[in-house]
Amino acid sequence: MEENWEPKIVGFLCNWCCYAGADMAGTSRMQYPPNIRVIRVMCSSRINAEMIIKAFQSGADAVFIGGCHPGDCHYVDGNYRTKKRVDVLKRLIGYVGIDPKRLRLEWISAAEGEEFAETMRNFTEDVRKLGPSPLKALAEEMV
Amino acid sequence: MIFLKDIGVFICHCGVNISNTVDVKKVVEEISKLPSVAICEDYQYMCSDPGQELIKRSIKEHDLDAVVVAACSPRMHEPTFRATVSDVGMNPYCFEMSNIREQCSWVHHEKDKATEKAIDLVKSAVARALLLEPLQSEAFPVVPAALVVGGGIAGIQASLDIANSGFKVYLVEKEPSIGGHMAQFDKTFPTLDCAACILTPKMVDVARHPNIELLTYSEVEEISGSIGNFNVKVKKKARYVDMDKCTGCGSCAESCRLVGKIKSEFDMGLGKRSAIYVPFPQAVPLKYTIDPDACLFIKHGRCGKSPKCVDACTTDAIKFDDKPEIVEFNVGAIVVATGYKEFSAERKPEFGYDLYSNVMTGLELERIFAPSGPTGGKPIINGKVPKKIVFISCVGSRDKKVGNPYCSRVCCMYIAKQAHLLKEKIPDADITVMYTDMRSFGKGYEEFYERVQKEGIKYRRGNAGEVYEDGGKIYVRAEDTLLGEPYELEADLVVLGTGLEPEPYAEGIGKMLHLSLSSDGFFLEAHPKLRPVDTVIDGVFLAGTAQGPKDIPDTVAQASGAAAHVVNLISKKEILSEPTIAVVDEDACVGCKTCMLLCPFDAHEFDEDKGVMTINSAMCKGCGSCAAACPSGSIKMNHFTKDQIVAQILEVL
Repeated sequence: MEENWEPKIVGFLCNWCCYAGADMAGTSRMQYPPNIRVIRVMCSSRINAEMIIKAFQSGADAVFIGGCHPGDCHYVDGNYRTKKRVDVLKRLIGYVGIDPKRLRLEWISAAEGEEFAETMRNFTEDVRKLGPSPLKALAEEMV
Repeated sequence: MIFLKDIGVFICHCGVNISNTVDVKKVVEEISKLPSVAICEDYQYMCSDPGQELIKRSIKEHDLDAVVVAACSPRMHEPTFRATVSDVGMNPYCFEMSNIREQCSWVHHEKDKATEKAIDLVKSAVARALLLEPLQSEAFPVVPAALVVGGGIAGIQASLDIANSGFKVYLVEKEPSIGGHMAQFDKTFPTLDCAACILTPKMVDVARHPNIELLTYSEVEEISGSIGNFNVKVKKKARYVDMDKCTGCGSCAESCRLVGKIKSEFDMGLGKRSAIYVPFPQAVPLKYTIDPDACLFIKHGRCGKSPKCVDACTTDAIKFDDKPEIVEFNVGAIVVATGYKEFSAERKPEFGYDLYSNVMTGLELERIFAPSGPTGGKPIINGKVPKKIVFISCVGSRDKKVGNPYCSRVCCMYIAKQAHLLKEKIPDADITVMYTDMRSFGKGYEEFYERVQKEGIKYRRGNAGEVYEDGGKIYVRAEDTLLGEPYELEADLVVLGTGLEPEPYAEGIGKMLHLSLSSDGFFLEAHPKLRPVDTVIDGVFLAGTAQGPKDIPDTVAQASGAAAHVVNLISKKEILSEPTIAVVDEDACVGCKTCMLLCPFDAHEFDEDKGVMTINSAMCKGCGSCAAACPSGSIKMNHFTKDQIVAQILEVL
């Protein structure tokens, strides 16, 4: 393991709730670790297994997906689709040796800045405990 | 071929908001090294005129194919910069924004790590910009009409403003009359204007306005569509009275067997009405309504030999076979003015609201003051004129125990007003206000507070702890936090300064429109400072206390603001559609219909002839769920393509 390893987290946030919640954390100056790299999508349901696996393959230590609370989806029920996909994928990545805890889905609303910051603090800490992803070395070799 | 693109990157300092935590020069240095970056510049305020000019000049000088601005959230300034690049002929969808303020400089304090993150984020934006494609919007017509939900002062003001601009307004109110809470008030602070005198003329204007279609005793059932063309279904509840025939004479109510037996909601249960009623004498429309939960004939199928209202009505307006009716119409914009509900004092059992009949809420006291109220405006509580009166402020506000940490903004002043009115009616009354902090922030409010103190109303700082009975008398225990000592006061009347909570009915409207709520449960505005009237849903605006507690002047101002936004929108003949929608590659589609099952908007239709799926561009909202699920990869989600997302992933790792 690298001496000064820092977890790298790829975050997919939906524009309407979680991304706005992350903005709210910023507007309120709530601090959290700088390990997440956010990619904005309109709905969390835009994200599929291929993209999540791509992130792990390319060396992500964890993947975070943030959507709207059930019933609050801007697109009626996109967040349910996301949940189904993530639940299935968690089992699959466990099977190939990636701890399912490295993939997290949370519902965070536009008003929940503190929840976003707190989630980032917890998740970063959890990933730190898990250590570098087993695929990371492989990803670096491939590069 | 895509690598032949020239990208311009512009990094904003946002004053010091970004540059305090992110080493902007370092970011510029790193980004300049990227082969596709033709120019990378930083500037103090990229959104300012000189900043935007810098971008425009660079586009022309370097013949840029795409532009990245690294600054605040795209939710803030993406529209600004899209317009900037469009000004010099670049397609607005060739613009990409990197959020290095809200999601970087404002949430991290270690400069080296924040800088490293900012570099990653900008690199990822550049990778995405390389793959951005120009998209064309389609123009579609705007329905020149508006829906206003809620007929309180906010809805009334918004409706009149829109209608006066020459547009059709559908005003939907769930109660039998418009007027809302303001109609229940006697006087308004701090000018002591008679509420009815300033409100009822506006209510009449609404009813008479040729452009306003008033739908009272009606509820919005369903809203579909989007900005420019919402389809609305409204249920007109059964009134059991023919609106065209009823003259509002009131002889039915006088003759009703239940006259004076049913609690009047308008009088907060203090006054009584008949089963057939108008909420208050100045109701608009002045048409009677039968309460189906009270009417003997509706409940039991008989009312003596024959219903007395039928016998009394000279115009044959009673219609027991009335059925709810669904009205359907289209509008281009919507104003949500669903108002508030008074905090339920039962939730603060220590104040004995349930136990003692001389403990009442602020809104109940309003009805006692009202000349049309249960006591004809005389200050009589339990048959007596109270002499010892205690007001308790912040009941249900600034109170985490009941889940309301916010200030309701009106209670300090309505308490001051009510204390003044009581003193005026009962000059020898001993009136004490137990307050937490005085908040008299509006125009003329502080002066009014001072006046009330000079009239002999005692203000003692510190919250009341409990109200209890001893020997047939009511006492209020409190702590004077300025003297630092507890005290007790005997009271003939305790008035609870109850706060404001979101109207429960609003929840359904919010769900239909996919509106977000703030942490206080009121509707969330698009931006707390600069877009307090808009919601994140295009074409939907907020007015009044639906957005948060506010007084009448603020409500009216916001309602006029919402109306201005509506008129601005529906006065356009057409607006441009969002081209960020899903499209099917017919050559690749195998017609498996997986996407069809997923689409929440029924935008997918199967073309039987070609054996492929088609997506209706007007119905697709651009969530991308179908593109994520398509097994053959033949659905492309414009502006959020798989390649664009994957490019971003690779760049941040």
